[in-house]
Amino acid sequence: MAKSIDQKQNFLKGIIKENPVFVMLLGMCPTLGVTSSAFNGLGMGIATLFVLLMSNTVVSLIKSQIPSKVRIPAFIIIIASFVTVVEMVLEAFIPFLYEQLGIFIPLIVVNCLILGRAEAFASKNNLMSSVLDALGMGIGFVIALTVLGAAREILGNGSIFDFKFVPEDANTFILFILPPGAFIALAYLAILFNKLTVKTA
Amino acid sequence: MGKKESTFLNMALALIVITLVAGFALGFVNDLTLEPKAKAKLAKKTNALKMVLPAFDNDLVSEVIRIKSENAKDSIEIYPAYKGDVFVGAAIIGASNKGFSGLVKIMVGFSPNGDILNMVVLEQKETPGLGTKMKDEKFLRQFRDKNPSSFDLKVKKDGGKVDALTGATISTRAFTEAVQIAFDEFMENRDSITKTNN
Repeated sequence: MAKSIDQKQNFLKGIIKENPVFVMLLGMCPTLGVTSSAFNGLGMGIATLFVLLMSNTVVSLIKSQIPSKVRIPAFIIIIASFVTVVEMVLEAFIPFLYEQLGIFIPLIVVNCLILGRAEAFASKNNLMSSVLDALGMGIGFVIALTVLGAAREILGNGSIFDFKFVPEDANTFILFILPPGAFIALAYLAILFNKLTVKTA
Repeated sequence: MGKKESTFLNMALALIVITLVAGFALGFVNDLTLEPKAKAKLAKKTNALKMVLPAFDNDLVSEVIRIKSENAKDSIEIYPAYKGDVFVGAAIIGASNKGFSGLVKIMVGFSPNGDILNMVVLEQKETPGLGTKMKDEKFLRQFRDKNPSSFDLKVKKDGGKVDALTGATISTRAFTEAVQIAFDEFMENRDSITKTNN
């Protein structure tokens, strides 16, 4: 991959062709766990985007200094540090979101999307490409989580971004708010997404 | 990748440097966020106090009374509120461990004769969309202006008077238990907190 890469393609691939959630099916734990509302999905997506961006940047910068046998522990320390930073900042400044996401914030460390990009991309490419790759992948992740959260919130709670459009005591598909609903919604969205992108591509 | 030979020395060195840098960076951020974190917690508490109590003019957060109780693991916090010299009510934090996923912590405001004024859920980890509806106005409405000595704080299924949340009876039970604990503590300590005012 030493040749120059088309940077526009590099950025866009994360959003469409290699969308981390709908195409590569990476980072399923937060995807399924926190997307019970559009807002939670968005918050989680942005937290992950930040960690991904920072870890890709740092890994790309120091890649030549890390002996290859210890690269994975080195990456994990870098990722874990940024996740802890995110956790502390969220608790201090956005306590509401911090409470909603709870245990899933520390679990960003083991999100395979982030380690995957560090190992497969940032450790082989220069800073510019790595940053664009992280932005593309991160935005793809944000979009996927927000869409999934929105779909589940609309079906399961009759609201979107906490704006309710059904009466207070209407019956909604509570299933979609519960864990099984996450799998069902994700599966159908992935089908839809792949159907749409295959046609246009 | 792999430009660098992996020798024992440089592997150890690389990891030491990375952990050191990470450690210092985290310590730095921790120091930065320590104050805002404490502030955010305090702000949450004062907001909750304002919501559950009628207008008061004493400094509640500093006048908190902590009481050991057999009903709860932690000491129970009581915030007596005064306007001028008149006792207008008290906010009490009740907690229950019987929630669907652990702790449910609720602040309840009582009027001097024990009527529930308002309640705010401080902590809960219930199922989103089911148990979390305990924060909704629709559910909380049924408790307002009720006195737990006559309003039986139990789910209807268990012979009480509380309408349980659909699909979240366990969460409702934890909620009512926390409120009951708060009420018991209030009744037990009512005399002392009305008098301690000086």
